[in-house]
Amino acid sequence: MAVAVAVGRPANDDLRNLSLSGHVGFDSLPDQLVNKSTSQGFCFNILCVGETGIGKSTLMDTLFNTTFESEPATHNEPGVRLKARSYELQESNVRLKLTIVDTVGFGDQINKDDSYKPIVEYIDAQFEAYLQEELKIKRSLFNYHDTRIHACLYFIAPTGHSLKSLDLVTMKKLDSKVNIIPIIAKADTIAKNELHKFKSKIMSELVSNGVQIYQFPTDEETVAEINATMSVHLPFAVVGSTEEVKIGNKMAKARQYPWGVVQVENENHCDFVKLREMLIRVNMEDLREQTHTRHYELYRRCKLEEMGFKDTDPDSKPFSLQETYEAKRNEFLGELQKKEEEMRQMFVMRVKEKEAELKEAEKDLHEKFDLLKRTHQEEKKKVEDKKKELEEELSNFQKKKAAAQLLQSQAQQAGSQQTKKDKDKKNASFT
Amino acid sequence: MFKGPADTRTDAAMSDLVPEPRQKPVVPMKPVSINSNLLGYIGIDTIIEQMRKKTMKTGFDFNIMVVGQSGLGKSTLVNTLFKSQVSRKSSGWSREEKIPKTVEIKAIGHVIEEGGVKMKLTVIDTPGFGDQINNENCWEPIEKYINEQYEKFLKEEVNIARKKRIPDTRVHCCLYFISPTGHSLRPLDLEFMKHLSKVVNIIPVIAKADTMTLEEKIEFKQRVRKELEVNGIEFYPQKEFDEDLEDKTENDKIRESMPFAVVGSDKEYQVNGKRVLGRKTPWGIIEVENLNHCEFALLRDFVIRTHLQDLKEVTHNIHYETYRAKRLNDNGGLPPMTVETEENHESNL
Repeated sequence: MAVAVAVGRPANDDLRNLSLSGHVGFDSLPDQLVNKSTSQGFCFNILCVGETGIGKSTLMDTLFNTTFESEPATHNEPGVRLKARSYELQESNVRLKLTIVDTVGFGDQINKDDSYKPIVEYIDAQFEAYLQEELKIKRSLFNYHDTRIHACLYFIAPTGHSLKSLDLVTMKKLDSKVNIIPIIAKADTIAKNELHKFKSKIMSELVSNGVQIYQFPTDEETVAEINATMSVHLPFAVVGSTEEVKIGNKMAKARQYPWGVVQVENENHCDFVKLREMLIRVNMEDLREQTHTRHYELYRRCKLEEMGFKDTDPDSKPFSLQETYEAKRNEFLGELQKKEEEMRQMFVMRVKEKEAELKEAEKDLHEKFDLLKRTHQEEKKKVEDKKKELEEELSNFQKKKAAAQLLQSQAQQAGSQQTKKDKDKKNASFT
Repeated sequence: MFKGPADTRTDAAMSDLVPEPRQKPVVPMKPVSINSNLLGYIGIDTIIEQMRKKTMKTGFDFNIMVVGQSGLGKSTLVNTLFKSQVSRKSSGWSREEKIPKTVEIKAIGHVIEEGGVKMKLTVIDTPGFGDQINNENCWEPIEKYINEQYEKFLKEEVNIARKKRIPDTRVHCCLYFISPTGHSLRPLDLEFMKHLSKVVNIIPVIAKADTMTLEEKIEFKQRVRKELEVNGIEFYPQKEFDEDLEDKTENDKIRESMPFAVVGSDKEYQVNGKRVLGRKTPWGIIEVENLNHCEFALLRDFVIRTHLQDLKEVTHNIHYETYRAKRLNDNGGLPPMTVETEENHESNL
């Protein structure tokens, strides 16, 4: 007797809160989770967008306390190109796979209409790679090397006035795809009072143009406070330097000018420390999460909808994607068949045409051949006739010759006889 | 503090990771290890704290299934494991209640909190398993339930507009209760584990272990392990999923001592001035958490304190992926991204 299947539906609604009467031990769960992630390593990808020479590479060097880059880029790049480099950094037991993507040649061209396009394409390409991995049948997402851009540092030139139109356009194109953190580069060229005005001008321009920059999260108590205070200073005015200058009795990263020394890690001089705090020490994980749950999901949704898939309501058949796929596949196969038919038809037609042409040509040739043959025959006949004539002549001649010879020989004989007779006569006469 | 030469394992893993894309995206080149130039503290290791805070905020899901004949102490054990009245014990089938004619699946969810960590614990009970006279195919409802949970998750994952956090109802761990006969496994046990070890993490436990002496216990465990091996049943932690040498040695030790012989109890008694969980008998008090008496503490530490996350990960990365791959293959595969090229069709079918 087979056991009939009667499955009770799980009651998810009556979740009771239970109190524990002793220590169970699952509070080590976050540690277990973190240990797993630590052994796998973390990925972090930063995109630096800014004009050539604005200090992107120097800032990266300063942020990560090391020298990444080799030579600076030139100003005569024909278009914007993205250069990505990966590094593996380790601090205590944390391994970080850091990827820094640079925009080479940004802002150098005379016509900057398409400057933002390579950047958008690169970001989309990373999402695409992840989406394709996710859609594979046999996939390995848990050790996938995530190349999606987690943070975009947008370098604003320190003009002191306002944002350039190129900046606005680019940021508007990028804000729905990546977490944008605007920073003012080479901030040591702006005086303190001008800086404040510049910052508020930039922020108001961003707001009025509807550019959504990355919001530092304020929902969790431990970080809410620090994030809130830091947000006030956006965009961060940074100075980068890898050279060390002796200040007091310590060596510190700074830029030395005739009129003084700008210390990179001095909060009165620039906001570098704030940037480092925000980017790395407080919100790195949140940046990664936002990229995955917001920007990537948006991309995925748009991409799938573009391909014609829709979510069906829950009470319809299980695999809506599968049905749409089947439909699309049949449609596509039908199209293919149609195209094949068309091509075949065209091929047949062409063949026929060619055949007709060839037949014509053949006919022509035949005619020509016939003509030639006839002419040849005629000529031959003429030649034959002539030959006959000639032969007749020749035979006549021969006859005549023979006759003549005969006559001659006869004559000769007669002559010789005559001469003999003559001789005889002569001889006789002599006697 | 600073590591020396680059870890070759990650490098090797890196080269396998670059997926086969249809349109070639710009993939950064292989990582260059530049640890030697790190001067000064950057703060990368704070990501651990950040991650921990985030996970504590979102909370965890854990779904545990208990399978075994009635009367083996399943509900008591679960209550002892989680130190609370998670399952309401059935007081035996009275005349008025009917023995269920089929295997029922009852899932009850609870929220428990400890040390700031919130866990949504779901205990899935299977009353009626193995209780009939004819128990053919009685694992089928269980297998069906497990696959249904995978299906639910898959449907959510495949949606265009996905939820931020897909609710996880998949069974992370299945405790299978073996009757302490002292001889060997029953055919039903073997059949069940054979069928289900491929779809879910099975942890076999010997129930009511206080009926066996120490020597009987050791012998029984050896025999059970042998039988499982002979029948090709891989219980959790599966040998094939050991990631590295460290894992392997740790898991080997655990595998050697499985199946754990456990005793469950939710009553406390006074022993040597301490209050302990135990069972009172005329010949003594069996302390549940005493490693000399039974292996409950080992089971608890194993399941909850060290391998809870791993149970979830094996379920997600391996069992779920297997189910998904099979399901998609049966259905002709999900569409490739570029629908125009014909060869891409072939590669996914």
